[in-house]
Amino acid sequence: MTSLVIAEHDNASIKGATLNTVTAAVAIGTDVHVLVAGHNAGAAAAAAAQIAGVSKVIHADGASLEAGLAENVAAQVLAIAGNYTHILFPATANGKNVAPRVAAKLDVGQISDITKVDSPDTFERPIYAGNAIATVQSTDAVKVITVRTTGFDAAASTGGSAAVETAAAATDSGKSSFVGREVTKSDRPELTAAKIIVSGGRALGSSEKFDEVMTPLADKLGAAIGASRAAVDAGYAANDLQVGQTGKIVAPQLYVACGISGAIQHLAGMKDSKVIVAINKDPEAPIFSVADFGLEADLFVAVPELVAAL
Amino acid sequence: MKVLVAVKRVVDYNVKVRVKSDNSGVDIANVKMSMNPFDEIAVEEAVRLKEKGVVTEVIAVSCGVTQCQETLRTAMAIGADRGILVETAEELQPLAVAKLLKALVDKEQPGLVILGKQAIDDDCNQTGQMLAALGDMPQATFASKVEVAGDKASVTREVDGGLETLAISLPAVITTDLRLNEPRYVTLPNIMKAKKKQLDVFKPEDLGVNVAPRIKTLKVVEPAKRSAGIKVPDVATLVDKLKNVAKVI
Repeated sequence: MTSLVIAEHDNASIKGATLNTVTAAVAIGTDVHVLVAGHNAGAAAAAAAQIAGVSKVIHADGASLEAGLAENVAAQVLAIAGNYTHILFPATANGKNVAPRVAAKLDVGQISDITKVDSPDTFERPIYAGNAIATVQSTDAVKVITVRTTGFDAAASTGGSAAVETAAAATDSGKSSFVGREVTKSDRPELTAAKIIVSGGRALGSSEKFDEVMTPLADKLGAAIGASRAAVDAGYAANDLQVGQTGKIVAPQLYVACGISGAIQHLAGMKDSKVIVAINKDPEAPIFSVADFGLEADLFVAVPELVAAL
Repeated sequence: MKVLVAVKRVVDYNVKVRVKSDNSGVDIANVKMSMNPFDEIAVEEAVRLKEKGVVTEVIAVSCGVTQCQETLRTAMAIGADRGILVETAEELQPLAVAKLLKALVDKEQPGLVILGKQAIDDDCNQTGQMLAALGDMPQATFASKVEVAGDKASVTREVDGGLETLAISLPAVITTDLRLNEPRYVTLPNIMKAKKKQLDVFKPEDLGVNVAPRIKTLKVVEPAKRSAGIKVPDVATLVDKLKNVAKVI
């Protein structure tokens, strides 16, 4: 049995989500290979070879793989899929985009968002926004899996010494092309990898207030900024900051929820955080039912006070 | 150009689901069922494309039990022109649904298939991508903006870290994210009109698709409960607790 982990990378480096996915593959108990499909991605492939627990890196390099187009990346995975019993993707936007294409072409079901490995064919995954946990068993010969990164520790990024093998890049499908990317510029840690997250809700009232109140707190704590769906829908925060069932799933050491009521779908995205702090003036807010420390207060007073006290 | 829109009947998003006491699944008897919210966005987008004159016909498809007809009537009340139900009592998993949709794509030859990015019951996020693969079509998932011109579509996608724009050639598959549009309220006259629209029913066998599940659910349990902690009276106590009790700052 051998697993193939599809690396999340930016050609220059390996993204953290890859490390959690390697841990899931190791938990399955197989030999672990990593595919780095990109363009001028030698540095990322070299970094993948250093990950503890990885025995081989397959590096496919070509212009067709530069933008991570689902059609081309899926073709790349399918070209080598025959060698593997398990194919694992991190459950990131990229992983979720490509994995089902691979599963469908292999005519196998996909197991999405696993949070635990029970055996090589049995996994746990949350359903209904995390309100229930299903234990599922795949009856297919090949298991195509996406891994919820918060369910698994990160593998050590050094200590391994895997061989790097090159593979020919898949030809371009000719059916889709990359036009452009608007990346949110930020010096802050990435939301899904941050140790501390401060998150704002609809109570902030405007995008100006959101920045004015949340930014100093994030700066003081060296934290990433998150937001509830209500705050994102109202235009107070960028869409990629959304924490919740349909946004990012996070599990930092400390999650500070400011003016967030705690809708089920938001809780689904953050309730695995180690310590949760809730600041809300509504004593009945559901967020208090999951918070380790609740402060019933007006956030416009309490948050600046907190910034001053830190 | 025709557009095919897939709609799923799911437990309403306001319902707090309960795990059955025998751990065989989630209790969905007597709970309110609705159209999957992402699929509602998909129907709205298709209808808007029709209103812009880009497409000529919007066909809503649902796969599942007889009651999915209600979901299709809702889609037709939003503005879909007709509905197709692939009726079966069998548990349908994403691969099976993708195969059923592929058979209907072959039959109807739409230029575009729009689906929600995920269903809020099984949270799989697979069907659109699987359909695209089976039909050798390009895909643009998690769409927040769609523009169709000629035989191409330009789609802005919500990805980690920001937005990305792709150009895809039609026929293609698009899956919707939350911010693509805000679905309209269905009005009573439109609900009445929807009742008269054409609704065809097929069985999976009619489409030559084997829908047997590939993944067995062994058990379903409640998630580990996170117990509520304590309320602190002021900011100073909060800082003290974080520093000295939780030791996270």
